[in-house]
Amino acid sequence: MLLSELALGQSASVVSVEDAYPEDAIAQRLRDLGFVSGELLKVRAVGPLGAEPILVKIASSQFALRRNEAARIQITLASSP
Amino acid sequence: MNASVASMNIALVGNPNCGKTALFNRLTGGRQKVANYAGVTVERKEGKFNTPQGKSVHVLDLPGTYSLTPSSPDEAITRDVCMGKISEVALPDIIVCVADATNLRLHLRFVLELQQLGRPMILALNLMDEAGRRGIKIDSQALSRELNMPVVETVAVQRQGAEALAQQLDLPLPTGTVPKHADLHQRVREVMGIAVTMPEQSDSRADKLDRIVLHPVLGLVILTAIMFLMFQAVFSWAKPLQDGVAAAIGWMGSNVSSLLPEGPLNSLVTNGLFGGLGTVMEFLPQILILFLFILMLEESGYLPRAAFLLDRFMFAAGLTGRSFIPMLSSFACAIPGIMATRSIQDPRDRLTTIMVAPLMTCSARLPVYTLLIGAFIPRTEVMKIFNLQGLVLFALYMAGILSALLVSYVIKKTRKDKSEHALLMELPRYRWPNPRDIAMGLWERTIIFMRRVTGIILSLTVILWFLSSYPAPPDGATLPAIDYSFAGRIGHFMEPLFAPIGFNWQICIALIPGLAAREVAVAALATVYAISAGGDDAAAQALSPLLAAQWSVPTALSLLVWYVYAPQCLSTLAVIKRETNSWKQVFISAGYLFALAYFASFATYQLARMWS
Repeated sequence: MLLSELALGQSASVVSVEDAYPEDAIAQRLRDLGFVSGELLKVRAVGPLGAEPILVKIASSQFALRRNEAARIQITLASSP
Repeated sequence: MNASVASMNIALVGNPNCGKTALFNRLTGGRQKVANYAGVTVERKEGKFNTPQGKSVHVLDLPGTYSLTPSSPDEAITRDVCMGKISEVALPDIIVCVADATNLRLHLRFVLELQQLGRPMILALNLMDEAGRRGIKIDSQALSRELNMPVVETVAVQRQGAEALAQQLDLPLPTGTVPKHADLHQRVREVMGIAVTMPEQSDSRADKLDRIVLHPVLGLVILTAIMFLMFQAVFSWAKPLQDGVAAAIGWMGSNVSSLLPEGPLNSLVTNGLFGGLGTVMEFLPQILILFLFILMLEESGYLPRAAFLLDRFMFAAGLTGRSFIPMLSSFACAIPGIMATRSIQDPRDRLTTIMVAPLMTCSARLPVYTLLIGAFIPRTEVMKIFNLQGLVLFALYMAGILSALLVSYVIKKTRKDKSEHALLMELPRYRWPNPRDIAMGLWERTIIFMRRVTGIILSLTVILWFLSSYPAPPDGATLPAIDYSFAGRIGHFMEPLFAPIGFNWQICIALIPGLAAREVAVAALATVYAISAGGDDAAAQALSPLLAAQWSVPTALSLLVWYVYAPQCLSTLAVIKRETNSWKQVFISAGYLFALAYFASFATYQLARMWS
């Protein structure tokens, strides 16, 4: 599934970041920021209008992403503890 | 690197929010210089300090960067300086990479990427106190061994916070080849596994705070409350300070004037210099209070959270959440506002924000509003709680904000390039604003404001005084003296153009210096009417009733609306030129604001005349 489909409060781990078009600078930046295979993340908050943007916690950082940006990130749901 | 070299160049590099600027302030104290890199609008911050052994260190504070694959002009500068590609700055002898000890997973990747450049490096582990508080244990010796570079622990907010770094600069650097890593993230995980122990729990206090601050409803309530408090502070708390400044300047003016003989020089000093300067200086307290709020919100980490809450609204209007910060600054003055657009990476979003930032009501427009509202709007109560004067002021602010949203929407719709705009914004951790950094920020603002006042505004006021006083009326003149002066002639010449929007020739005169700095329009009206009344000082002080007697209400309303849109002051245009590096944008910006101002004033004047 995609990060853009992850519900508030849910945890998942990153599978990969896909380029939306050739030489996708946004995808490259997401990888640089730590969205790489195996990394755990969680949706911590969503914006007040249209649940956008989303706030994603990954490692010890938090990033605000629009759903378009989050749709580049393939994830798999973390097994619930 | 030889330890006996008497001077060296270092560059501070690091991710945004690593506390790099605080460390830079701590290292250099007041000894810093801010300029721009040639041809681009990236801030170039430099300073100097001495190591314990007396080595003189020249330090460059490079823009915060996540990666050497740049996504903004700022990040490109950082990469180019580190690679020695910029001719105006020497290749740094040592790159000091600053990393947030509480966020090493993100920051170490950049350290490793930077190391691949093969330059001598030191890692400064900043915010070590905060890491300790959160139970993050870092073995800096192990880290140093793994990274093959010296690691020093720093706490930028403490007095001794940068000493370890200064001492390290006296020591020779280790040599050796840089190990290559195919997967930097994988290597970070390995290094973290060896040198860092993370606590089980993340920072629960910050998490709890975020649940409230970013809550869809509560978050917006808090944001509104903060904005309300801020404007309340600017408009009522600043009053006593402003009265104090006005009194001090008035006292100086009357003392100086009593020392000078009667005549042109006395008139210049009293009417031109102290009259004009005083009117403008009174706004320093307001500007400083506004900046105090903005700096504290910025330092505390709140502003990116406000940007998060507002992103969707602003995106719908053709902007981005990041535009919130520059637009907020523009309420103080469009110049720092436009400069703050540097934090917007997308060039289209940045340009749109630059275009609409001047529509935010800057503090220089306040004197005009205050004067006209005081003279023409009755203090009637509305619904028992509001005052009509306050409501009109609020309406003028809202008119600016709504127009900005409308204009940015039009820009969005007419733009040809419709490719994706990214938000991708890090929300930094919360922290207590550091009084030292706040004070340095405020000091910088004061200097900028004073330079503006003493330079542009002062010379304008003096020129205006000259134009209004010369040539002197001929013998046997029947009209007031100003009718014969240069200013009078210019005003009469312009009058036909502005008659349809209800402006008389006195207002036309005031519009000219108002272009250079809006607040001077008030001083100009004061000068013009004072000289028309025969150089009588009392008339200048009582400008408000004088205007009430001479102007019609539609004229006053039209002038108020004019200043909502008024083509921005020359310094704003100069900043737009510098930030966009394009005269075309300057002309578009000045042109559309002039057209809007004229059209809106025309509509207001004609409607008000029909009404009354």
